[in-house]
Amino acid sequence: MMKDTLPAEFFVDVDHRRCVRCKRCIQNCGFSVYSFADGIVPDHSKCVACHRCVTYCPQQAIRIEHRPLAFRQNANWSTQHILDIWRQSLAPGMLLTGMGNDLPYPILWDHLLIDACQVTNPSIDPLREPMELRTYLGKKPDLVSILKKPEGGFLLKEALPPQIRLEVPFILSAMSYGSISLNAQKAMAMTAQELGIVMNCGEGGLHKDLYPYGQNIVVQVASGRFGVHREYLNAGVGTEIKIGQGAKPGIGGHLPGEKVSLEVSQTRMIPMGTDALSPAPHHDIYSIEDLRLLIYALKEATDYKPVSVKIAAVHNVAAISSGIVRAGADILHIDGFRGGTGAAPSIIRNHVGIPIELALAAVDDRLRQEGIRNQVSLVAAGGIRSSADAAKAIALGADAVALGTAALIPFGCNVCQRCHTGNCSWGIATQKPELVRRLDPEVGAERLTNLLSSWALEIKEVLGALGINALESLRGNRERLRGIGLDSQTLEILGVKPAGR
Amino acid sequence: MLRIDAGGLHYRELNHLIRQAVAEGESEIVLDQVNGQRYIGDGLQGNVTIRIKGTPGQDLAAFMDGPTIRVEGNAQDAVANTMNLGKVIISGQAGDVLGYAMRGGKLYVAKDAGYRIGIHMKSYRSQVPVIIIGGKVGDFLGEYMAGGVLMVLGMTEEEFPPRPLAGDYLGVGMHGGAIYLRGTIDPDQIGKEISPAEMSEEDHRLLRKELAEFCQDMGWDLEKVLEVPFLKLVPISHRPYGGHYSY
Repeated sequence: MMKDTLPAEFFVDVDHRRCVRCKRCIQNCGFSVYSFADGIVPDHSKCVACHRCVTYCPQQAIRIEHRPLAFRQNANWSTQHILDIWRQSLAPGMLLTGMGNDLPYPILWDHLLIDACQVTNPSIDPLREPMELRTYLGKKPDLVSILKKPEGGFLLKEALPPQIRLEVPFILSAMSYGSISLNAQKAMAMTAQELGIVMNCGEGGLHKDLYPYGQNIVVQVASGRFGVHREYLNAGVGTEIKIGQGAKPGIGGHLPGEKVSLEVSQTRMIPMGTDALSPAPHHDIYSIEDLRLLIYALKEATDYKPVSVKIAAVHNVAAISSGIVRAGADILHIDGFRGGTGAAPSIIRNHVGIPIELALAAVDDRLRQEGIRNQVSLVAAGGIRSSADAAKAIALGADAVALGTAALIPFGCNVCQRCHTGNCSWGIATQKPELVRRLDPEVGAERLTNLLSSWALEIKEVLGALGINALESLRGNRERLRGIGLDSQTLEILGVKPAGR
Repeated sequence: MLRIDAGGLHYRELNHLIRQAVAEGESEIVLDQVNGQRYIGDGLQGNVTIRIKGTPGQDLAAFMDGPTIRVEGNAQDAVANTMNLGKVIISGQAGDVLGYAMRGGKLYVAKDAGYRIGIHMKSYRSQVPVIIIGGKVGDFLGEYMAGGVLMVLGMTEEEFPPRPLAGDYLGVGMHGGAIYLRGTIDPDQIGKEISPAEMSEEDHRLLRKELAEFCQDMGWDLEKVLEVPFLKLVPISHRPYGGHYSY
């Protein structure tokens, strides 16, 4: 007899001495792990280790454990390889997954160290001295000429190109309504408003409830053009053309019909229950010249609000970026291979693209060499896990960083990577009303605001240690970084010296 | 009526003048000497008719939401890109990628059009986009089409060697809406996601209604257009790629 089920990855251990049979675990599990038969009975095979039940069990009677699959040790055939083959032999199709690449590729953030002042130049105490984190995204002029006002002060002779103002250097990454819930989007919009930053609404249109947050929203235009119309384009402070995504460079997106609820369908402006297919390319963009066409079509439609172009970090990212800047983009958003997704084939997520650290350094270098770095703001994304990663990204050349996964973790996410199932027990990556209502937008916003204000404090602390009082002085300042445990070629690409030099 | 001499004007100036006139309530604008200016009617809203004499540039009527544009001449690529509502009537030929992701309104072209016409067109509630091409079209007609109506009439002069109504990969990835071809097409040219369907009474009513409007705008004889039977092509599934994934 051949096997027809996959072994469970986790063990759900219910301590029946502590369990009071309140059945809260049954209600809370989005993956239907629990049933009741004279006691709580878990189906281990359904558990994804999202820890909703663990969090809400009043008796702390539940423990999730890795199920030790004692296959014979094999450095070549990992357990994952074996399980994947079984899965595809039982149910054919591309393996789907959620969130970012989880394979043990090098994480270069962890090989970069930040400098600090000692003796010869004083550090600054951010507790008592002002620290400037404010960031403006948009084209900067090659030079400015100023007029002296007779009453004192100065005036710019020519108006600056339009800018998007961020009080702290964070953007909440594009996660569409459909891939995540409306409550998750609302929590992000409230956070953006509270902190004076922007959220990107993703490619699924903008729900009417989010229009009031327009001053803190960038709207996205992707190949499916879902929910894209005149009001939408003008609803935010800028637009973004999504060419690619770090988790799935070069491929499109398929939002399955089950997730196209009434409100998702209204927001995307498509019939309910149909698959929302985003083609792999924009079919009106086959060249840099075509990209320029769409950039300026958006500018014309929005009275010249800034246009961002988002691409995935791929091998030739520097040359592509140069083309994008020359096509007229005001913001270049690069998403590294660790970037998250609501759903992507594992083969693409795990094997396509390059790390954001290298892409960012290469792009910043290239744009400087060509003398066009001022024409665009760089947003780095794809695996920013902490304020340290953010500070290092800025030192490598980013103007700001975009946060996807990091912005969802405050809502309860513990990176179980099952976003594509639509069963998210935390009400984040789901459209099921009974799950969505678990995420209170106000509470979510409070938590996310807490996180990002903490990161802002930490970045100020780093600036103080570096003896600088504005983020602008850290931007592209790779002299304040050193590499550790990196080969000379990687150091050369990153443009940093090895520690000790 | 407002006449604007577009000769030598940059598109930004020209479109600014148009928007300003529409904001001031102008309902009829004639543009003379148009020569490649892009984005005419881009994101434009309102009850206005714009007559274009010359050749407008790319992305004509992109994101447009209501106005009517009449082109007395040929048009370039990406006409009616993501158009929401309105009407574009082109008395000559038009280029590639017409009506990409168009969600409503009508796009009429009297003569031939290029590749990738009506890609990812979609309908939404009462909005049903309609594209009618009087001539023939290239490859990838209605690729990824998600809704709306696409018609190709092929009523251009005889060519030698004769060219089919549409190119290859017709309707690949199509998952909504309907394509009507005046005449027939080699089955090898049709994408595997679509198949011919029986013409119903409702289809005949729809054809007559839409073509009557087209013929009126173009000054064509409706009965002559309806002389030849139409082939209807519809998607086999609304979810063509549902089975491609293993969870």
